[in-house]
Amino acid sequence: MTINQTKKLFQHKHFAHCESGVMSLMMNHHGLPLSEAMVFGLSGALMFAYIPFVKFGGMPLITFRSRPKSIIKGLRKNLGVKMQMHTFSKPRKGMEMLDILLEQGKIVGAQSSVFWLPYFPPEMRFHFNAHNLIVFGKEDDEYLISDPVFETSQRCIAKDLEKARFVKGMMAPKGLLYYPVYVPQHIDYPSIIPKVIRKNAKAMLKTPVPIAGIRGIRSLAKTIGKLDKKNPEWAKLFVGHIVRMQEEIGTGGAGFRFIYASFLQEAGTILENKNLSNISNMMTAVGDEWREFALLAITAIRRKKTKQVCFNDIQKKLYGVADAEAAVYKELLSIKLP
Amino acid sequence: MKCINVPQDNIITYANNKKVMYATDGAGHYSIITSSGWEIEEQATMQAVQELDRLANDAFVQVQNGEKSPLYFHMYNCRMDLQILSESTGLFKWRIRRHFEPSVFNKLSLSITARYEDALGITAHELCHLPEPHNSNDN
Repeated sequence: MTINQTKKLFQHKHFAHCESGVMSLMMNHHGLPLSEAMVFGLSGALMFAYIPFVKFGGMPLITFRSRPKSIIKGLRKNLGVKMQMHTFSKPRKGMEMLDILLEQGKIVGAQSSVFWLPYFPPEMRFHFNAHNLIVFGKEDDEYLISDPVFETSQRCIAKDLEKARFVKGMMAPKGLLYYPVYVPQHIDYPSIIPKVIRKNAKAMLKTPVPIAGIRGIRSLAKTIGKLDKKNPEWAKLFVGHIVRMQEEIGTGGAGFRFIYASFLQEAGTILENKNLSNISNMMTAVGDEWREFALLAITAIRRKKTKQVCFNDIQKKLYGVADAEAAVYKELLSIKLP
Repeated sequence: MKCINVPQDNIITYANNKKVMYATDGAGHYSIITSSGWEIEEQATMQAVQELDRLANDAFVQVQNGEKSPLYFHMYNCRMDLQILSESTGLFKWRIRRHFEPSVFNKLSLSITARYEDALGITAHELCHLPEPHNSNDN
């Protein structure tokens, strides 16, 4: 295929999350129909972690999914997809390689910074270096970009894309480019799905350290309870930060819980397993609780300055969320899957 | 969440963009819905943006008063903090902190200022001056 054929054939699609969106689109492009929810679920990307000693823009690291690139790695491991990855020490080499791959008619995944991509609106531009997108063509000095979190495809001039791909710092992309070299055309779902679901549920329930999984959620709740002893302005920013990590960064709502519920539903249909569909409903209810938590938290901190923020209510709500979510994983581990 | 409950609040932080949400239809089946944003998310994002703007504005005043070098302002204006600037320039935090001193900053070698220009995406002239008139949304 030539670069021009690829440009015509390639269809941009809008997704909730960057990495799962890129992988879903790439798998579809290479003949394996796989929804974003399936990509997310099959790579076992659902997580929670609260790591107070790792600071990210002055705030402790809070994440609702496993670490960046784990979706790509999860698909390699669980589905047997083979990916070619390149990183570069010199930006010039990284841009040349991109041109060569496009010339071969490939669609190319790339890691980049969010801040330096000019097509992001100013309010969304933060220093986050593990964003993913697909480059599918080039016209003169402009690259054609399929950014999964945007409704339509975007354009970006070479100089800006280079800057975004070679930004230094935490999770520096180092110009990472990736594309599949082998995509299986048939997946043995009855053996893979139960395995990934159990593994993910165990990871959420049985963590040795109180920073990840359900224990991570509880430890975050504990921290919220102690916020009234902190600087009130910082405490408000901290609460806002949790909600941002849950909603703003492209999670499909409720910190990926709705995407995972959608995966459980799809898995239930594939395996013709009624239990999975029921647990999907439970997970949806957990997602709704996360949304209620966000509503409660933001409403509490936006009150007038004179009134004290009641952190105990927020804490109580989060403990409730943790219990409800733990019940989902326990259920997933108890049911019989083929 | 049900499809009919997906917020469509047209929030300003999306700047007319839409995001994908996962929600269930009447029969309980998941589908993909585009959303123009949730007011709660807008408030969380705006809180963070306003904090960044406040830091940049405070820095602007301090530089104007000659207490800090222009680098201090540009760091915040680029939505960075000491940690991010240190990571993206490869300079130690204590060195950057020294460079916030106007007297030290004025004597910096070209190779050091070049690293700042590169990390902040600005020219040598911009690095040594405050922008005029000041606009906090200007990156």
